[in-house]
Amino acid sequence: MTTRAKAHAEPILSARGIVNRFGKQMVHDHLSLDIMRGEIIGIAGGSGSGKSVLLKTLVGLHQPKAGEVLINGKAVQSIGAGEIASLIGVLFQQGALFSSLSVAQNIMVPMREHTALPAEEQEQIAAMKLALAGLPAETGIKFPSALSGGMVKRAAFARALALDPKILFLDEPTSDLDPIAASGIDALIRQLNDSLGVTVVIVTHDLTTLFTICDRIAVLVDRKITVATAEKLMKSDHPWIHEFFHGPRAEGAMKARKIGHGN
Amino acid sequence: MAVIITAIMVAGRSGSAFTAEIGVMRTRQEIDALQVMGMEPMQVLVVPRVIALVITLPLLTFFADIMGLIGGAAISQFLLNMSPTQYLTRLPHVVDGSDLFVGLFKAPVFAFFIASIACMHGLQVTGSAESVGRETTRAVVKSIFLVIALDALFSILFEKIGI
Repeated sequence: MTTRAKAHAEPILSARGIVNRFGKQMVHDHLSLDIMRGEIIGIAGGSGSGKSVLLKTLVGLHQPKAGEVLINGKAVQSIGAGEIASLIGVLFQQGALFSSLSVAQNIMVPMREHTALPAEEQEQIAAMKLALAGLPAETGIKFPSALSGGMVKRAAFARALALDPKILFLDEPTSDLDPIAASGIDALIRQLNDSLGVTVVIVTHDLTTLFTICDRIAVLVDRKITVATAEKLMKSDHPWIHEFFHGPRAEGAMKARKIGHGN
Repeated sequence: MAVIITAIMVAGRSGSAFTAEIGVMRTRQEIDALQVMGMEPMQVLVVPRVIALVITLPLLTFFADIMGLIGGAAISQFLLNMSPTQYLTRLPHVVDGSDLFVGLFKAPVFAFFIASIACMHGLQVTGSAESVGRETTRAVVKSIFLVIALDALFSILFEKIGI
């Protein structure tokens, strides 16, 4: 993207020749993807195209049938527990907050496990992360079951940020949210990327998110991945990609992009 | 006898709870979340539950033993007109210390298997609510069966070594 050119020199994460197969169904066929330091990359694709499996593979939760994922040049499966926790933060689709813990305790879980910070300091950091995610301080003592969908997402966001990760993986961060909350999340992602330089990987089919905040878009189609900027993908002659970027919904999202970029 | 009834009740009650709890955590991706935060589900979810049950089942068994004796006393009083004092004086002729210890020895073994089976099935849950139900059923059936089978094995073992 021209308006927000960044140093995209080296990949922070690279996936090489990923193969994922479930029974006879091939989901990923020797797929490769480089994610550059400091970029926001969106992963799009139809239902069942293996977006979530790809995300799980990238964070090391799923062992691919073939291929490897390297983060900072190290195989993701071989990175130690403490290191991985401070390297990546994941926002799961339904938040995945621990329901038996309060929001503040949820945010403190990774700190309690991997740092030797005293309890008060952990609480202060948790409060800071809550504020960063745009939640009022009193949310900290609430339990996940008492929160609305949007608040759960924000709380999970705060937890993903607990150890200041270098790469943030977001699985459908704006799904099930009303348009105002969704825009809020988009702005938050953008702000984190701008201020902290966090690399962000977003799995989504929210076209507005893809068009307004992503530097590059990776489209999962035909078991492979095509990575390019939104502009280039719009010119693609692949039928699915064309349909995806030229449907009635895409038109509206494109307008939002123009407004967002002031041109 | 107390130990096997207690173990079956605990398998039905706590075993099913373990499977359902862990299973729901799995469906809500809480287990994935634990892993990406660099925590082992085995260590965080399974080990504490196994230890907890290994400690509590012997205690519950002891409680059940006492309740069994009180129940026996009540039955003797009302059906056989035997006073509680008589019951207590006759008791040592029928039961001895080894009965108590056999029960308390079996309890932690049963507890270990009940908790492990329940947690393993919880971790095997895949996605759906239906799967939580299926794994819970499996865990309860398997652990009750195993408790009965183990009890039979223990009987043979104790018979052989003459307790």
